[in-house]
Amino acid sequence: MTEPTASLTAHLRPLDAGEHVVGAAFLGDEPALALANGEVRIGEAGGQKRVAAHPEGAILTVARDGGALLTGGDDGRVAQISADGRVVTIADEKGRWIDALAARGGAVAWSAGRQAHARDATGAVKSFVAPSTVRGLAFLPKGYRLALAHYNGASLWFPNAAAEPTALEWKGSHLDVTASPDGRFVVTSMQENALHGWRVADSRNMRMTGYPGKTRALAWSHDGHWLATSGADACIVWPFKDKDGPMGKGPRECGVRSARVTQVAFHPRALVVAIGYSDGMALLCRLVDAAEILVRQPGDGAVTALAWDSTGARLIVGLDSGAAALLTLPA
Amino acid sequence: MTATTDASNEKIPVTVLTGYLGAGKTTLLNRILSEPHGRKYAVIVNEFGEIGIDNELVVGADEEVFEMNNGCICCTVRGDLIRIIEGLMKRKGKFDGIIVETTGLADPAPVAQTFFVDEDVREAARLDAVVTVADAKWLSQRLRDAPEAKNQIAFADVVILNKTDLVSAAELREVEARIRGINPYATLHRAERCDVAIAEVLERRAFDLDRILEIEPAFLEIDDHDHDHDHHHHDHDHGHSHGLKHYHDEDMQSISARLAGDLDPDKFMPWISRLTQERGPDILRCKGIVAFKGDPKRFVFQGVHMMLDGEPQREWKAGETRESKVVFIGRNLDEATIRAGLLACAA
Repeated sequence: MTEPTASLTAHLRPLDAGEHVVGAAFLGDEPALALANGEVRIGEAGGQKRVAAHPEGAILTVARDGGALLTGGDDGRVAQISADGRVVTIADEKGRWIDALAARGGAVAWSAGRQAHARDATGAVKSFVAPSTVRGLAFLPKGYRLALAHYNGASLWFPNAAAEPTALEWKGSHLDVTASPDGRFVVTSMQENALHGWRVADSRNMRMTGYPGKTRALAWSHDGHWLATSGADACIVWPFKDKDGPMGKGPRECGVRSARVTQVAFHPRALVVAIGYSDGMALLCRLVDAAEILVRQPGDGAVTALAWDSTGARLIVGLDSGAAALLTLPA
Repeated sequence: MTATTDASNEKIPVTVLTGYLGAGKTTLLNRILSEPHGRKYAVIVNEFGEIGIDNELVVGADEEVFEMNNGCICCTVRGDLIRIIEGLMKRKGKFDGIIVETTGLADPAPVAQTFFVDEDVREAARLDAVVTVADAKWLSQRLRDAPEAKNQIAFADVVILNKTDLVSAAELREVEARIRGINPYATLHRAERCDVAIAEVLERRAFDLDRILEIEPAFLEIDDHDHDHDHHHHDHDHGHSHGLKHYHDEDMQSISARLAGDLDPDKFMPWISRLTQERGPDILRCKGIVAFKGDPKRFVFQGVHMMLDGEPQREWKAGETRESKVVFIGRNLDEATIRAGLLACAA
């Protein structure tokens, strides 16, 4: 095990967070940090806007859609924050927590307990009561359709259709959910340190096991051929190019270290994955040859957020200690 | 069993509050939330509305119990608890402890097992104590007809015997003896309207097991005790000098075994693992403090059904007798076999 020799640490500038970074995103050109204390900070150090998205609350979950950040809080609210700092309350589930959140093309979905809700771009809200608490939500790439992760499987729901959602069954507790960019596969992370996948066309099951810890970060490559995952002492990258996805194939391992991978984010244009670790280190790893470049030295807690801008020129790194930094790749 | 370094000081203490329907859990919770004790608690309740206090840190739970896919038949956990504790960690530093209220009919095992099974929960929180509120008037009856009530007593680190003003002195002694017959190791408090000092309930560090070596229930050494047969009652007071009645519960027992001197870890670890794997469904709780040969530190462990967790604790003090003691509470446990098993682990 060798630490990477190439380094981009000279191109890293601190961002002012001061609180556990729950999520990060670029709102247009502005880096934005969603913090556990209910605040969203927009902009670079010195000129930051501080937005009280969830006053007196904590931000539990974060999603991004176009130029807006969406936050779900333990105050029961779903808030939409735009680059200029404007906050719009999308939903208010009084007295409950927002457990999961997803957004795409002006549509927003959120869940509180077993209740899942979808709001389309026109503002029409549809609801569905899942068999048990909904832990993960993801929009499928085609059509107005959602994947919901819960106990004993996932459900595929067309909010505008009267039909019962399609049940994808697999025993156990399913946490986060994601759909492949071509819409052929739905993948969940599970309580039992494993991923579970279904081919949507025939509900065929695939198990992806061998993780020493829970996978809580999932990221697709820009071409949709690879799924990068956290939960091991390396970034585990599963191949999804072929019609059977990863069935019968092994994953690739990137950034092998003696620290747990906590966050992953694929570059939006290249087969390069940003990896964050439980010891605060972050690096970039090129998939073809596993070449590594150091982004952030270890220290100050665990990496809890990684986000690229739309062109892949800048990367936000956020930690649970309240440390955060902005990497600008040299031109 | 895993041996980890002692980082428990930073972990948030969690108190599990159980008790059969109507015993007085809500009264106790409202007291904890309203009295000026200088501590702030996040409370996970099973039903909103019962709590009369407006508190931003009261969270509703769903009691969603599920089986782990790990081949362990009795390994059920509370999924909602994992999710809620993950969320509460976003407010870390804003509260001193977590209280989990369970429904009156709940088995405490899934709650307790959650703290063994989930890596993230284990990292963030530690089970401080299982506190069971019992109704002095009705508990004896419930122990006969409600297995949940018996489980709650067996699991307890602290029993609050509530509504003692509604029973006679004789009835009180009777119900206390029945509690002791199931679980002689719990700290027992008498209360009216749950008026027990909050410090006796919260942040007890009961799972630190410090009391185990000291507690030696007197009546375990006395042979002539009552046997409680449900069909033909022949309860009668033997009139011991200290006035405590002695019951042997046919269904649930506690067994303790003690060994002077050191144990061999290469014998003890396989023994305790095999015992809890084979007898896990019958063993509700186990705890112990162990002197391992050549180890200056006391090894402490605790378990729920098949789940075991242990770690080296403080060093044996100068002048302190190095000895090992294990305690099991469960059903159909064979005392002679367990004692012999422990003795065979001597170094």
